[in-house]
Amino acid sequence: MPVIDLANPTRFLSIVNRVLPWLIAATLLLFVIGLYRAMNAPDDYQQGATVKIMFLHVPAAWLGMFGWGLMSVAALGTLVWRHPLADVAGKAAAPIGAAFTFICLVTGSLWGRPTWGTYWVWDARLTSMLVLLLLYLGVLALYWTAEEPSRGARAAAVLSLVGAVNLPIIKFSVDWWNTLHQPASVFRMGGSTIAPALLTPLLIMTLAFTLLFLTLHLAVMRNEILRRRVRSMRLLQAQKLAEAGA
Amino acid sequence: MTIGPHADFIIAAYAVTIFVVAALVAWVVLDYSAQRRILGDLEERGVTRRSQRKD
Amino acid sequence: MSSFTSLLGRDMRLAVRVGGGALMGALFFLVVVSMIPFAIGPDLALLARIGPAILWLGALLASLLALDRLFATDYDDGSLDLLMMGGMPLEIAVATKAIAHWITTGLPLVIIAPLLGLMLNVELHSAGWLALTLAAGTPALTFLGLIGAALSVALRRGGLLLAVLVLPLTVPVLIFGVAAANAAIVGPAPFGPPFTILCALSLASLVLGPIAAAAVLRHGLE
Repeated sequence: MPVIDLANPTRFLSIVNRVLPWLIAATLLLFVIGLYRAMNAPDDYQQGATVKIMFLHVPAAWLGMFGWGLMSVAALGTLVWRHPLADVAGKAAAPIGAAFTFICLVTGSLWGRPTWGTYWVWDARLTSMLVLLLLYLGVLALYWTAEEPSRGARAAAVLSLVGAVNLPIIKFSVDWWNTLHQPASVFRMGGSTIAPALLTPLLIMTLAFTLLFLTLHLAVMRNEILRRRVRSMRLLQAQKLAEAGA
Repeated sequence: MTIGPHADFIIAAYAVTIFVVAALVAWVVLDYSAQRRILGDLEERGVTRRSQRKD
Repeated sequence: MSSFTSLLGRDMRLAVRVGGGALMGALFFLVVVSMIPFAIGPDLALLARIGPAILWLGALLASLLALDRLFATDYDDGSLDLLMMGGMPLEIAVATKAIAHWITTGLPLVIIAPLLGLMLNVELHSAGWLALTLAAGTPALTFLGLIGAALSVALRRGGLLLAVLVLPLTVPVLIFGVAAANAAIVGPAPFGPPFTILCALSLASLVLGPIAAAAVLRHGLE
């Protein structure tokens, strides 16, 4: 049964070593196609060529949220099902999800300047992405300050689940707050329906970025497993030295 | 391909994205080789994991 | 029921005594609100306009900073271990401590808020409505902060980590709290919807907070 196979770190590592080159190749291929289509996409009738930023901003937003979802599922694996690699999966997802959320915010800001005239808009979506980034930074701080990997992992797992429960509430409240403080100008992002000529490059780029996420995720998981091996070997070595000296 | 008057912003957006992704990839690759090196060192010095000693 | 009341009484008595810091939160609230006019300037109209927001922010920060000692002192002298091994379910014990914490720390904030409002040119009648929103919202702050407090004691890291973890989670409470306060004081917007949502958030955190905090303590302190 594949899930049980994946529970063994050694077997997981060998699977990753075999799969990773293919994933990298597929990711690169999709990016080549996606970037080509993005560069040749037509200009939006309202925003002109700046709509090309959308091909970065939308996938980044989706992956930022996907990352937290992945962390929440991993958290359930850690706390409920006690899957041995669940906390590794959660820890690996955090920096990648945070990076994509950051990209989403920066590209959104750069998109906003020519389109709406300002670098930062307290748009409901941007604002709730900002809160998501803060939550990510909190989890990363947790992992960073935990002395022992498994202890930090369980604490972070709880925080991931708490964050997951709160994210819909945060989104709803920011949406509501945004309608209260109605901005002076009304804007539409890329039109109410995305033209097919823009939709296809968007989908390809989204797929490419998703594959990038998964590739990086497996690679970071591999690094984390190796790091824990190093740690346990060092502890073993220290123990032997202590016994020899005693 | 005409980029239009807001070329700077489009280029900046793509530049930031490429930079962040490149930094992520670099971190992953460097971390991997560092861990492999340390593991190699430890194995050379005869430190083994408990599961390996059972062979 | 008696274990609930004895734990509640114990915590409240400890909080009020010398090392307790119960009124520290209120003092911090006072200091922060006093600093705001130094930064913004004495324009009374402006202060009145943003007064509710400042009072809410001050209450939020004061709540957060006081949460540090929720579990720390018990952890230091071993009574946290006793609580975890005792007959009371850990979730209930944690919730009881949180209630005691709110009564000794949160409630003073609610009470002095109208007085601080005077400094910000918020008239007493309006400030009364503001205090009502604080009364409804500070429990949410305490119970959400419970999670951060448990995390920082489980990982033996204090202070700012707790704030970094908890602040994003309190965004909805802040939004609806200020909205309700402004609706009562200034606005044409109705007071009811944001206020009821605020109450809902507090009730929900009453459940979520202790469960999550107990899970953290259990997993993190073994």
